[in-house]
Amino acid sequence: MTTNSSFGKSAMAHLILGFFAFTALAPLVLVLINSFKSNAEVLNSPFALPGQFSFENFTRAWQYGNFTSGFLNSILLTGTTVVVVLICSSLAGYVLAGEKVKAWPAIMVYLTMAMTVPIQLFIFPLYAAAAQMNLLDNPVAVGVIQAAINMPFATFLMRTFFLNVPKEIEEAAMVDGLNTWQLFIQVLFPMVRPGLITVGVIVGLNAWNEFLISSTFLQNPDSQTLTLGFLSMNGTFSTELGTMMAGALILIVPVLLGFISLQRHVIDGMASGAVKG
Amino acid sequence: MSTTTVTAAPVVRPGRRRAKRDRTLTNYLLIAPALLLSVIVVVIPGIMTAVLSFTDWSGASFDNINFRGAQNFVEIFADPIFATSLKNNLIWLALFLTLPVIIGLATAWLLLRRGRMRTVYQVIFLMPYVLAPVVNAMVWLSIIYNPNGGVVGALGLPGPLSSLSGALYAAAAVDMWHYWGFLTIVYFGALRQTPMEHVEAATVDGANAWQIFTNVYLPSIRSTLMLMFVMIVIFSFLAFDYIWLLTQGGPAHSSEVMGTYAYAFAFGSFQFGKAAAVGLIMSAFGLVASIVYTVMSRRQLSQR
Repeated sequence: MTTNSSFGKSAMAHLILGFFAFTALAPLVLVLINSFKSNAEVLNSPFALPGQFSFENFTRAWQYGNFTSGFLNSILLTGTTVVVVLICSSLAGYVLAGEKVKAWPAIMVYLTMAMTVPIQLFIFPLYAAAAQMNLLDNPVAVGVIQAAINMPFATFLMRTFFLNVPKEIEEAAMVDGLNTWQLFIQVLFPMVRPGLITVGVIVGLNAWNEFLISSTFLQNPDSQTLTLGFLSMNGTFSTELGTMMAGALILIVPVLLGFISLQRHVIDGMASGAVKG
Repeated sequence: MSTTTVTAAPVVRPGRRRAKRDRTLTNYLLIAPALLLSVIVVVIPGIMTAVLSFTDWSGASFDNINFRGAQNFVEIFADPIFATSLKNNLIWLALFLTLPVIIGLATAWLLLRRGRMRTVYQVIFLMPYVLAPVVNAMVWLSIIYNPNGGVVGALGLPGPLSSLSGALYAAAAVDMWHYWGFLTIVYFGALRQTPMEHVEAATVDGANAWQIFTNVYLPSIRSTLMLMFVMIVIFSFLAFDYIWLLTQGGPAHSSEVMGTYAYAFAFGSFQFGKAAAVGLIMSAFGLVASIVYTVMSRRQLSQR
């Protein structure tokens, strides 16, 4: 194989990969350039660069998309989901990894089935029950529901991290007289820390982005998440494209920054293949 | 393991037996929160759905519910909109089993021989996947599919979302645009595990790149391919977000899928009994794939 042909192959590969990178990025670039433009400029051409950098679109989007309360509600919802999932899935993952209960194979089968159940199987009675218990318009309640949905996948992932903890370490801790609580806090959690981060990031993304349950349970504007506030702009601002794009950019930037800074964990977690579409 | 040491001992002292029992109890207590949460949120409402699908439940309260036998199912199966929904779910499935899978495999394979740029590509490919469906859908709706001010309008084309024949495909395009990068990451993770000796042996035997891909790489990631295949089948029957956000099942129900069809019964016309029936039908479709998935992933886990 000559250097020349391998250079050609490499260039070809970059060309194809670059093309797909372009298709992934192009809509996001359109958001970026149009978010600074006036409506007339957007209508004139969505491809042109902005004539002047106006931030008016952003202040309007922030105000009409209810982004202040949206951010707070999204943080509250996502935080609830992540905390509940991390606690429950790590405890369950530990038990399943060590095959510490006789029913562990049945529990594994149950969790696999639960992972693929359609939301439409349980959302209607759940909604009616939440309405009776005054739990509608409550981001924390939605956070708990999201936690239940993310639990099976998170438990599987935590289980694989606990599988890599040597048995001797736990035995040594037991000999030292540590109780279960101390065992977790002092020994196990530090050892599965990468797993906790990976699960936390992926589950956090899922909860932050979720649509079907949040939009059903959170109808009052004051209780709505960031994405729902942005969605509600679509009715009034569907003709003001610059404002819509500014709103989109406000939602896109924090997620992409978080993703890029934690990309190793996201990619590794997804490559393990146990994430929902 | 604690069990074997205790039972193997000829004389079991009561103290040790109690310690063992305590440890078993502790272990069940540790796994209880996860299971309890899942049972309360998924299993109990799921069973209620199954029961309520045979009633005229309006969703307002749990009083005043009348059984109407299989009437909901009879009406749904006779409804041409249900037939359209089912057909659209199958089209969705066919699209997702081909385009994103092919793009995902091709890009994953090309990434194998990239060095430093590999991570950059992976991050870019995943960007649409990590963004919210609401954001992705609104971006496409307003700046790409919009005939007034969007890319489509600038090119002088009609808006695809208002087309009877094109709306479903337009919504599927956005969902696939957001999804394929995830497959790249999963396939790439699996392809990397292929033993280098096998690849080198094939190279020595004079196999070309395509032969190495089909004869070495593809068989080595067979279980991942199958697992993703089943995942796509399941989620194609559950498709909801992008269709609801982009077309709400329209125009004239042409892009309706079972997920949107069920949702419209509940929150459009307050026929929660019928919505429950459609939910149950969707679950039945998913269940078959779920069982296959459970069996396969169990087998894969036991291989690890």
